[in-house]
Amino acid sequence: MLAAALIVFREVLEAGLIVGVVLAATEGVAGRARWIAGGVVGGVAGAALVAVFAQQLSEAFAGAGQSVFNAAILVAAVAMLSWHVLWMSRHAREIVSDMQTLGRKLTAGETTLMAMATVVAVAVLREGSEVVLFLYGVAASGGGGPLAMAGGGLIGVAGGAAVSFLIYRGLLAIPTGRLFAVTNGLVALLAAGMAGQAAVYLVQAGLIPSLGDQVWDTSGLLRDDSLVGRALHALVGYSDRPMGVQLIAYLVVLTALITLGRHIGTAPKASRRAA
Amino acid sequence: MRTLILSAIAVVAIAGAASAATPPAVTLTLKNHRFTPATFTVPAGQKVRITLINQDPATEEFDSHDLRLEQVVTPMGRITFDIGPLQPGQYSFMGEFHAETAQGKVIAVAGGR
Repeated sequence: MLAAALIVFREVLEAGLIVGVVLAATEGVAGRARWIAGGVVGGVAGAALVAVFAQQLSEAFAGAGQSVFNAAILVAAVAMLSWHVLWMSRHAREIVSDMQTLGRKLTAGETTLMAMATVVAVAVLREGSEVVLFLYGVAASGGGGPLAMAGGGLIGVAGGAAVSFLIYRGLLAIPTGRLFAVTNGLVALLAAGMAGQAAVYLVQAGLIPSLGDQVWDTSGLLRDDSLVGRALHALVGYSDRPMGVQLIAYLVVLTALITLGRHIGTAPKASRRAA
Repeated sequence: MRTLILSAIAVVAIAGAASAATPPAVTLTLKNHRFTPATFTVPAGQKVRITLINQDPATEEFDSHDLRLEQVVTPMGRITFDIGPLQPGQYSFMGEFHAETAQGKVIAVAGGR
């Protein structure tokens, strides 16, 4: 049971971290609970669907189906996260002043909530399909007592949810005035890490060159498949042996988001209102 | 001279056909949460196509930190994927869901098998 709990927790850790950051990043936007819960539900449904078609998926694209699929949904998530960073760069000030002076929530945030719900769905789907397949396999083979395994699965999922909650509450400790500067930075790092990971999948699928198989090797210091390594991988895109093209994708996305975000954030007030 | 050119073309054509006809491929079987073969050798410097046949009624994730690869294989399912081109050396892999028994190693050697 403990073994199953650990395996499931390891899989849901990444999704849990992402959901936590998304919760903090959308603090003060009206209607977000509904959207983010919708993202989780959609992700679970998608995970079940992917699990059902897992065999067909891996046979697609001459055996590269899993890699291509992962790359595609990661690219979608990067686009959504980028959208949020840029939207926030424009609206953070309004949200903060509304929260501080009126105690009310910004009601015009539907677009970014939609984007963030998609991100949550993608995160849950990616890790969730493996959990579904793992638990299905356990149930099908009947080994180790299905009930114990189901219990283990539940503990693992609860652990992932606890991670979400802790990250969220931890970020809320940041003073409101600076909260969105921090979450915007975190979301930009999430996006950069996912872009790098998408590049790795595309290399695995044989669609792009790696441009250097490992630019450095810090696996002696911190392996990216250890628990801490996984958490850092999910949050800031840590990789112990990054490929050249992975670094490039990471840096391009991060630089673009910081530069554009700053540009939008400091645009004259008149144009900001008009836009 | 003409014969020389023709035979040169023939040699190139045969060499091309030969390298296209024999891309290195390895078939792995997973049974009772163990890989067979658990250790295998591949040529370094080129892609190798791996076919993994899962004969267990359990899902497995072919997971290799060294190869930077994660591939899910369904119960009684089969997957195909490419590894490499690899530098000469040893690369370990495992079945993440049954890591106590499902362990294996790829050995890449320079200059063919």
